[in-house]
Amino acid sequence: MSELGIVYALLGAALAVLLAGAGSAIGVGIAGQAAAGVVTEDPSKFAKVLIMQLLPGTQGIYGLLVGFLTLSKIGLIGGGAANLDPKTGLMILAACLPIGIVGLISGKYQGMTSAAAIGIVAKKPDQFGKAMLFPAMVETYAILALLISIIAVTGIQV
Amino acid sequence: MTDTNYTYAVARIRALEVTLFSNATIDQLMACRTYEECLQFIADKGWGDSDTGLNAEAMLTREEEKIWEVMREMRVDMSVFDVLSYPNQFHNLKAAIKEVCTETVNPGIFYDDCEIGGEEMLEIIRNKDFIRLPDNMQAAAKEAYDTLLHTRDGQLCDVIIDRATMEAVYEAGRQAKDDIMKNYAEDTVAIADIKIAVRSAKTAKSIEFMRRAMAQCASLSVDQLSKAALAGEAAIAEYLLGTAYAGGAEALKESPSAFERWCDNRVIQTIQPQKYKAFTIGPLVAYVLARQNEIKTVRIILSGKQNGFPDDAIRERVREMYV
Repeated sequence: MSELGIVYALLGAALAVLLAGAGSAIGVGIAGQAAAGVVTEDPSKFAKVLIMQLLPGTQGIYGLLVGFLTLSKIGLIGGGAANLDPKTGLMILAACLPIGIVGLISGKYQGMTSAAAIGIVAKKPDQFGKAMLFPAMVETYAILALLISIIAVTGIQV
Repeated sequence: MTDTNYTYAVARIRALEVTLFSNATIDQLMACRTYEECLQFIADKGWGDSDTGLNAEAMLTREEEKIWEVMREMRVDMSVFDVLSYPNQFHNLKAAIKEVCTETVNPGIFYDDCEIGGEEMLEIIRNKDFIRLPDNMQAAAKEAYDTLLHTRDGQLCDVIIDRATMEAVYEAGRQAKDDIMKNYAEDTVAIADIKIAVRSAKTAKSIEFMRRAMAQCASLSVDQLSKAALAGEAAIAEYLLGTAYAGGAEALKESPSAFERWCDNRVIQTIQPQKYKAFTIGPLVAYVLARQNEIKTVRIILSGKQNGFPDDAIRERVREMYV
């Protein structure tokens, strides 16, 4: 029973990495298909569409960051595992959920927005800056979720 | 959930749309003084290939082939283009029935980039093996074959197959998931009915003939249209004013070529919203239609220049471009 706390906390770290990473994988995959379509016809646009494709990749990094913070918090990195009670374990799990869930959803939709923006770059490469703003807007909500997850994980007393 | 199966294809189409002729490009082509200059202009734009040289027909045929090569390369389900391919498919049926029944051979009358090419279609008709045809073609093929064989009435044969074509197009549009296909099928059938009405009014055809020739669609009443055609072109125009095809009424009053141009422009207007879609089949269909419209327009200009028509007469027939 005394190990249940650490299991909950580890589950939180896993969900943050897993869900946010999955969101990025989906998003980068969608944007990558669009990027490949443009480069098939116009290889000179490779650099521009590659940047667009990478935009949904940040959610996975955010999930990884929260995962590291959590593992460090519970002592699985750089020391012995903390003796957590189930309530604290659940609190850490809850703290990891914002970046996990928002990372998954925003990753997918940022990928779709990037794919649409790649269409702008295909037709009007001089509008690259404006085109990049549309998928960047989706990033805002991943950052907000990241902030809450970081504040919550670091704020929980172990 | 939004379907992202067409993400690669749509992005590729967006890159290809840059090479489509705009209205300004068509103006440049019109500004060419001679037929040879026009050919050089389109060759400089990448039309044709090393084998076609400056042969206009070969260049235009090659451009048509390129459209379907691109679509096949993108590995999309080609059945989504049924609405667009049925006219060519049924044309092959019509040509095969006429060749078999009249026992003549006319080279180059078949479309070979269809599900059933010319040779196969001829074999089916010769053997009366109608069961090998698609379901929506079998009954019309048998009826048209028997009609031509027994009455030698080529026009009646055309009417039977043309109506079956429109019914197949309409049904394919009705079953399509995307609005573009539904709207295209609706417009195609309605415009075909209007053309039948106009021609029938000019040649004083009976109402029975018109009812047999016209296919049903939601945006027009075949009954009212055929009755209007009996009264003449003015009555057709008056009836159209109360429908979604009011613009066609204005064009009809202007001239037959203005009406033909309006029909094609309406299709281009219907597909305009596809410029802003990123994940559906719509932009692919729009690209195919835009390329076909572009090739048709270039053919009109080349033909006009070759025959020495004045620029105004050619311009009256020039279609709007998609981009």
